[in-house]
Amino acid sequence: MPRIGEDLQRYLRTEMMPTVWCPGCGHGNIARAIAAALEHLAYDPERVVLVGGIGCSGRTPFYFRTNALHTTHGRALAFATGLKLARPDLKVVVVTGDGDALAIGGNHFIHAARRNLDVAVVLYNNSIYGMTGGQQAPTTPVGARSTTSLSGAIEPAFDAVELAMAAGASYVARTTTFDVQEMPLLIADAIEHPGFALVEVLTQCPTYYGRLNRLGEAPEMLLWERDQTEPAQAPITREEMAAGRPIGVFRREVRPEFTRSYAALCERLGAGADG
Amino acid sequence: MRLVMGNEAVALGALAAGCDFYAGYPITPASEILEGMAHLLPPRGGVFLQMEDELGALAAVVGAAWGGARAMTATAGPGFSLMQEHIGYAAITQTPCVVVDVQRGGPSTGLPTLPSQGDAMQARWGTHGDRPAIVLTAASVREAYDATIRAFALAEQYRQPVVLLLDAVVAHMREPVDLPPPPPPSRQRPRPSAEPPFGEHPFTPFGSGRAVVVTGLSHDDEGLPRTGSARASERMLRATEARMAADPALGGLTSYRLDGARLAVLSYGVTARVARAAIDALRGAGQAVGGLELTVLWPFPEQGVVDLAGQVDAILVPELNLGQMVLPVRAAVAGRCRVESLGRADGTLFQPDDLVAAVRAMPHDSPVGREARHA
Repeated sequence: MPRIGEDLQRYLRTEMMPTVWCPGCGHGNIARAIAAALEHLAYDPERVVLVGGIGCSGRTPFYFRTNALHTTHGRALAFATGLKLARPDLKVVVVTGDGDALAIGGNHFIHAARRNLDVAVVLYNNSIYGMTGGQQAPTTPVGARSTTSLSGAIEPAFDAVELAMAAGASYVARTTTFDVQEMPLLIADAIEHPGFALVEVLTQCPTYYGRLNRLGEAPEMLLWERDQTEPAQAPITREEMAAGRPIGVFRREVRPEFTRSYAALCERLGAGADG
Repeated sequence: MRLVMGNEAVALGALAAGCDFYAGYPITPASEILEGMAHLLPPRGGVFLQMEDELGALAAVVGAAWGGARAMTATAGPGFSLMQEHIGYAAITQTPCVVVDVQRGGPSTGLPTLPSQGDAMQARWGTHGDRPAIVLTAASVREAYDATIRAFALAEQYRQPVVLLLDAVVAHMREPVDLPPPPPPSRQRPRPSAEPPFGEHPFTPFGSGRAVVVTGLSHDDEGLPRTGSARASERMLRATEARMAADPALGGLTSYRLDGARLAVLSYGVTARVARAAIDALRGAGQAVGGLELTVLWPFPEQGVVDLAGQVDAILVPELNLGQMVLPVRAAVAGRCRVESLGRADGTLFQPDDLVAAVRAMPHDSPVGREARHA
């Protein structure tokens, strides 16, 4: 795995930098981890499609030399489903945010997981809507402040890992932007996994979440991430899941994958070998 | 020659056009297209995908198109409303694809399965922002087949989403037609291209030998959202619209017994068939009435309507809505003759007698109207 400081320019579109992300934002660390994972796997950038939604995370594909499909709010996985079925030979990596994947795109998220579509999903979870100015997200913890919950959120939050597991994802992992060595390994693992693979990355938004909740600047927020989470070994019990915020790989199973099942169906119905 | 349903003709037309990807969601009265493609595509090695909603269906179609597929979806009123965002996305990303909308009464859940022509304006203006639009329609099973093939050709020619508007009657009726068997599947592979992927350049899906950036943000010809890209997107939209407007092959008008007519019925879809019956009856009674039928709603075939306004004293525009296509008709006519709207949105068709009566009630400053009034 490329170490920090190593040249990732084969995968990064440096002429589009600096990025739109605020100083201290964790999204750049995640983008670097994706580039490091692609470098590690030695994929031809032209054979990879990075599919993004709308929001801060959705801007990621512009900073890559791979193919990029920057889609609409919440629908990245629906675009990816059509693309992957049409072109199973292309590697599809979906980048999405917590609002993008779990609010407006929640339906596509659970259905892509249910189908066990062969895509890797990197979910940037900063617990808030960043690009629109710090509103409450479905991941905002109870009691946390946002510009639409200044007195503290009263809605229970979604847990992306539990949601993906319940929906049928065959690979489910969580890490944080504090875990800079582990993050690219998990992303590479997810990209190589033959099925729907989720890596949820807890990331810091010092501009909104940090400021509104008095969590300090990026360094303090990274330590806060570390303290919020606990490395866990799969299989994890429901009690452990409920007790804190475990990180690690929670599921890695080989199950029938959608594009392969579809190809088998075509073959059974008499389609040609290149169908 | 065999009896074919309109929706079945759409599926067969799609195969004839080389369609190898369909994504959809069940909705009446369009479901036979979904079911037809579910049956037809897998044995050919094409992709059939039933998505979780209509937003997802058109998203999958656009994603597949960037994978190099000839892709389409079909839906009806409420589903068409949900697809508007991605029609705009396909427009700004210059993605060729086909959207069939079998209209049904609205707004909202409205009149499921009952015929309507209520989406004529939504098909043109439903997405936010401006876009060049091609919207076809059909009045028979054969026309539905041909229009589907044409929709794919136009989508590729202009690199834009093309909408085919049907109504529940054309979609559900069976007519004897002679259709050729579907050609064998031919999977096109993207050809290498060194040209920029957007603007006036050819469509270069993923896998054309260079990485492509696709975004719904305003972008330059390289696909990147950078300084000045708003101007580049506006230039692309204007240029595409101008090419459509200057294309005589787009056509869009069929005349029916217009020789010597002093009064015209301008109609489309199932209403055009009712109009023919009414025109025959009026002609039989000695009245100089003819018809002009729209087969392309957008870009609106303006010149043909201007020419008609120079010939007749009045134009009746019957539609199964409360008056939509009458608006561009009025704009084109610009006072050269009288234009009357006759709309209904109660889920029932016009009967020929309704149109006969409406023509006879046309204003009496026209010779025909005067004659009708005294008849």
